[in-house]
This record gives sequence, structure tokens and C-alpha cells, in this order.
Amino acid sequence: MENKTIVHSNPADYEARSLDTMCINESELKHPWWYNFKYLAVGIVFGVVFVKAEIISWFRIQEMFRLQNFHMYGVIGTAVVVGAISVFLIKKFNVKTIHGEEITFTDKKFNKGQIYGGLMFGFGWAITGACPGPLFAQLGTGVLSIAVVILSAIAGTWTYGYLRDKLPH
Amino acid sequence: MIETISQPWPWYVAGALIGLIVPALLLLGNKHFGISSNLRHICAACIPSNIPFFKYDWKKESWNLFFVGGILVGGFLSAQYLGSNEPIQIHPDLAKELAAYGITDFSGMVPVQLFSFDSLFSAKGLIMMIGGGFLVGFGTRYAGGCTSGHAIMGLSNLQWPSLIATICFMAGGFIMANFILPYILSL
Repeated sequence: MENKTIVHSNPADYEARSLDTMCINESELKHPWWYNFKYLAVGIVFGVVFVKAEIISWFRIQEMFRLQNFHMYGVIGTAVVVGAISVFLIKKFNVKTIHGEEITFTDKKFNKGQIYGGLMFGFGWAITGACPGPLFAQLGTGVLSIAVVILSAIAGTWTYGYLRDKLPH
Repeated sequence: MIETISQPWPWYVAGALIGLIVPALLLLGNKHFGISSNLRHICAACIPSNIPFFKYDWKKESWNLFFVGGILVGGFLSAQYLGSNEPIQIHPDLAKELAAYGITDFSGMVPVQLFSFDSLFSAKGLIMMIGGGFLVGFGTRYAGGCTSGHAIMGLSNLQWPSLIATICFMAGGFIMANFILPYILSL
């Protein structure tokens, strides 16, 4: 994949990937693999925030869904406001990446999966008290049994991939 | 300083830092914030099983695996070096409700009475760990994202499908926590 206009070897691949939160914007730059450590650094900050603000706490999630605590609403609400202002500024001033590449956005397309899948994830979120990010942070703090939950989540994703054509979208 | 850091951080600090991850990833390499996709990359890397959904070049998304690896390391570092070692303060109504199900240990981020290797041998533990995890993995991919990809990245970019997904996440959570979880916890 040398550039953006190349025909993808598997057309279904681009389609499937664009439905997802993945980065479908191919970079034309070739970076050594260790450039990925910058994302590791961002992840570390994220993991620390998760733990220190008790976002990975099963109890905080239970309080959120019982309307007993404003904490999680405050966290998510503030994050969306800060994120939205950032995206607005990046678009308005056409800000480039640190490597000088264009920053691109892809519109998400609606499909019924966002309803059915959204409800299913909501069920799982309230049971495990964690979305995918916090699961990894919980494991990091030393709760090793969460590895079982993560493996089950991987199995869930695999099963979705297996049944995908038969599910309503 | 250390004193302040070791206390639990308020929501506005945490929310602002998480919000800043959105521009950080965009500026570092035009990457879009999202975590649940990693579960898919792991499938694509380890067990693609000739399923079209997993037949893509996952190595191009390896940045995301580094990102999630960082979350794991961040969790480890804060538990080791930035901890307050004080039990989490929880709402008295929740404490009372949980006590009725025999959950009285609030010391960890995760209730050890529910999530442990031992509890895998009980119906309750099996449903919560295996069933809950499965729903998270299946649901996020069916919805095309999780709290980060839809609720934060999607809403930041004013995507209405992400708003629908976020509403459904919350609705599912409300239904489960208030109407179904009580039955599971009383098993």
C-alpha cells in the first residue's frame, strides 16, 4: 500500500475497515517499527489516568448506571468537550501531523449494529464494570483473573466476525 | 506534589486528559482514538480462521496494540508507584445493595468476591467473567466501537451514528445494572 489511491487487494477489507474505528488512512510514510513507541507513551498516560481517576473501578461503573455518582458522567462529558474542541481546531486550522501529513476524518455510517451491538456492549459494560480499555488497565494493576475476561472478549469479537454475514446490519 | 498525585484524581482532570488523547493521536500520526479494535487485531493476528472480517493486514494497525500495551503498563505503574492504598469511597446505597448479595470487600478496583480465578467455578462468576467479557467483545465489534471510539472520538467528530451507539451503550448498562444484574448477583 504505497499510497491512498491504490486499489485495495481485498475490497471487502476497505469496506469492513471503514465501518470500524480503525485508521483507514494509509500513511505514505514508512517509519521504523519503533516509532510506535510514541503510542505506547500515550497509552501509559491513559492507563495512569484510568487508575488514578478510578475509571477502572467496577464500583464507579455501578454507581454511574444507578445515577448515584456524577463522576463518570463528568469524566466522559469533559473528554468529549475537550476532544470536540480539539477536532474543531485541527479542522479549522488544517493542522498537520508532526510528520507533516494531512489529518483526515472519515464519517461513520449508520447501521443497525450500533443499536443491537450497542445494547449488548452496554449489558457487558454493566456486568464487567469495564469497557475494553479499562480491562487492560485492570490487568496491569495486577488483577490477573481479568485475563479471562479479556480472552472471553476476544472470543466474543471472533464470534461476531464468524456470524457477521448472518446478523442484521 | 506526590501527595496530590497519590489522591484519586477529580473528574475534570481525568476528563480533560482523556479528551487530549484525541488530538495527541491525531497529531502523532493521524490515528483515531479507539480501543476495542484491538480485540479484532488480536483475532486477525492469532486466529483469523479464514474469516473475511479478520483477513486484513493487522500489522498496519500495530500502533493500536502499542497503545493498548501502554494502558497495561500505565495500570501497572500507577498501582505500583502512585497508589493511595485507601479503599474506594462508594455510595452508601450501593454498598447496602451489594452487601445484600454478600459483596462486602470494596478494597480493590474490582470486587475480588466476584472476579477471581476461584469464582470461575461458580455460576455467578462464570456468567460475569465469561458472559460479561463475551458481550463486551461481541457488542463493541457489532456496534463498531466502544466508549473510546464512539462516545469520545465519534462524538468529538460530531458523528450521529456514534451518538446512537452511545445512547444504546448507556441504555444497555441501565437495563443490566438495575433489572438483570440483581438476579445474577443473587445466584
